[in-house]
Amino acid sequence: MNTDIVKKIKNRRLRSKLITYLIVIVFYVVVQILINTGNLSSLLTGLLVPICVYVIAAVSLNLVVGISGELSLGHAGFMCVGAYTSAFLSNVVGSALPETLRFILAILTGAVFAGLFGLLIGIPVLRLKGDYLAIVTLAFGEIIKNLMNVVYVGIDSKGLHVSTTSAMDLHLEPTGKQIIKGALGISGTPKNSNFTIGVILILLTLFIVQNLIDSRSGRAVMAARDNRIAAESIGIPVTKFKLLAFAVSAALAGVAGVLYSHNLATLNTKKFDYNTSILVLVFVVLGGIGNIRGSMIAAVILTALPEMLRFLSNYRMLIYAIVLIVMMLFNWAPAAREWRERVLSRLPFGRRKAVGKEEV
Amino acid sequence: MSFLTYLKDGISLGSVYAIIALGYTMVYGIAKMLNFAHGDVIMVGAYVVLMMITRAGLHPLLAVLIAMAACTVLGMTIEMVAYRPLRKAGSPLAVLITAIGVSYLLQNIALLMFGADGKTFINVVSLPSLSLFDGGLVISGTTIVTILANIIIMICLTLFVKKTKQGRAMQAVSEDRDAAQLMGINVNGTISLTFAIGSALAAIAGVLLCSAYPVVTPYTGAMPGIKAFVAAVFGGIGSIPGAMLGGILLGVIEILGRAYISSQVADAIVFGVLIIVLLVKPSGLFGKNVQEKV
Repeated sequence: MNTDIVKKIKNRRLRSKLITYLIVIVFYVVVQILINTGNLSSLLTGLLVPICVYVIAAVSLNLVVGISGELSLGHAGFMCVGAYTSAFLSNVVGSALPETLRFILAILTGAVFAGLFGLLIGIPVLRLKGDYLAIVTLAFGEIIKNLMNVVYVGIDSKGLHVSTTSAMDLHLEPTGKQIIKGALGISGTPKNSNFTIGVILILLTLFIVQNLIDSRSGRAVMAARDNRIAAESIGIPVTKFKLLAFAVSAALAGVAGVLYSHNLATLNTKKFDYNTSILVLVFVVLGGIGNIRGSMIAAVILTALPEMLRFLSNYRMLIYAIVLIVMMLFNWAPAAREWRERVLSRLPFGRRKAVGKEEV
Repeated sequence: MSFLTYLKDGISLGSVYAIIALGYTMVYGIAKMLNFAHGDVIMVGAYVVLMMITRAGLHPLLAVLIAMAACTVLGMTIEMVAYRPLRKAGSPLAVLITAIGVSYLLQNIALLMFGADGKTFINVVSLPSLSLFDGGLVISGTTIVTILANIIIMICLTLFVKKTKQGRAMQAVSEDRDAAQLMGINVNGTISLTFAIGSALAAIAGVLLCSAYPVVTPYTGAMPGIKAFVAAVFGGIGSIPGAMLGGILLGVIEILGRAYISSQVADAIVFGVLIIVLLVKPSGLFGKNVQEKV
């Protein structure tokens, strides 16, 4: 009897996971068909890789915000670490390795370095709570961005040269190559990212995040989120599990950064300021905190929305802001929720939808 | 003598941060929300003053008063339309994201009305500058007014919060909203008043900021807003002297870092100091330690 229920729950979880993968695959197929029949504008085609970047970033941030219950505003910093380390690697390796191998290596490098940063930052930061944690993660994100702006790295036959003042101080041989040029960033990164790779990385991210949530560790993290003291009292090492979630989230943000940096000819830190962190947080909150599918959908819609609104020219960001405020009010205000449920219950089949839509 | 000059610049910039941080800290203390749009109210205040002086040809002092009134109305409207419906939503994140939406909205309205390029701001302070140590240290009129304004505002606010009925209502609401309501305090009205005061302060900060760094763009308020929030956290959020001290320290660290280390990593130093302070004293310099209850 009991095992039956367990089995049922497990089956339902598995089905929910598979549906998430299926949504991504269907989205991929539909987009491919649209591209091949020439129905997708070139602007939207150009947005496909950024959409993948933001989906990965949003899903990974949801691990911290939704599952671990901590507000992080420094996600762009980890993306920055992933982007820079991987672009650096790709530039150093150059054509010494086959392209596929080099890109896999770049992804691993980005993930490992971003994860390490997550671990290093997480150890002190996770002692803080709530808005203090938010502001410190924001501070770390800005520090990473600022430091990247003053780093100069070059390579010649004698090895690597590093400077924090200017490109001249690298003292490179004439045959040497500058790789990181301070505020100018890294240019000449091979353009290895494409939509297919983006979707594969999304699936990989989903696999990691969903299985982590369903694992013993994931349940420990959620227990700590719901009641820290109760979780501690039954012997869950709360800090350890929170750190795990934070580091995994940072590593996946690094992967998003790798995808981003290998999609652009020139990489600089402008894109990695707190606005990007906030943007990713908007995806997570709008999609539903803790709801992986929701954050994916919100990331796709909100990344594509400014382009879709292009016909409004100058007014598009204004409309975007209004849409954001109205959607938040409509989704979260108690008065709006009551009204929505009243309206839904009057529609045929509406009542079931209103009652049965409870998040796990 | 250059050190004194930098110190003076730091205190001046820090005073502006302090005035913004006062608004942040009051709103946070009472409404328990990060008002990300606060920085953009600064920008609105600066534009209103600029328009009043250049287009309407008003006296600067009158222009500042009009800007304060405009920002007060703006702040109360934002609170009523965007934040109040979400107060009982159960998630502090919802109202945070809405505040970000409001911030985007204000920036884009300014972008449509005034364009993306910076407008030169007219210095509204016509005080002569003060020369000390035989010209070794020149303190401009703007700096004097900024520092004086900061001190006056802090004294008035402290008196207001400690002595008046409304001020004590604010303290009560920040302590325990439900209990305050049961005592017959108008909670919505008190929060509205807090936003009004915070926004009026933002207008003053906008004028002072743009008098010292005389360019206004739609994004003028964003970074000072973030830094002022850092200052508020630094001093212990919810504390008025904390916001003041945090703001001034932040300004001094930023200017000294820019002068002696590197202008590009000045922000990194500011944020680094914040992190160290919070790790040593997680509730900020003047913050109260809240015991965790089971």
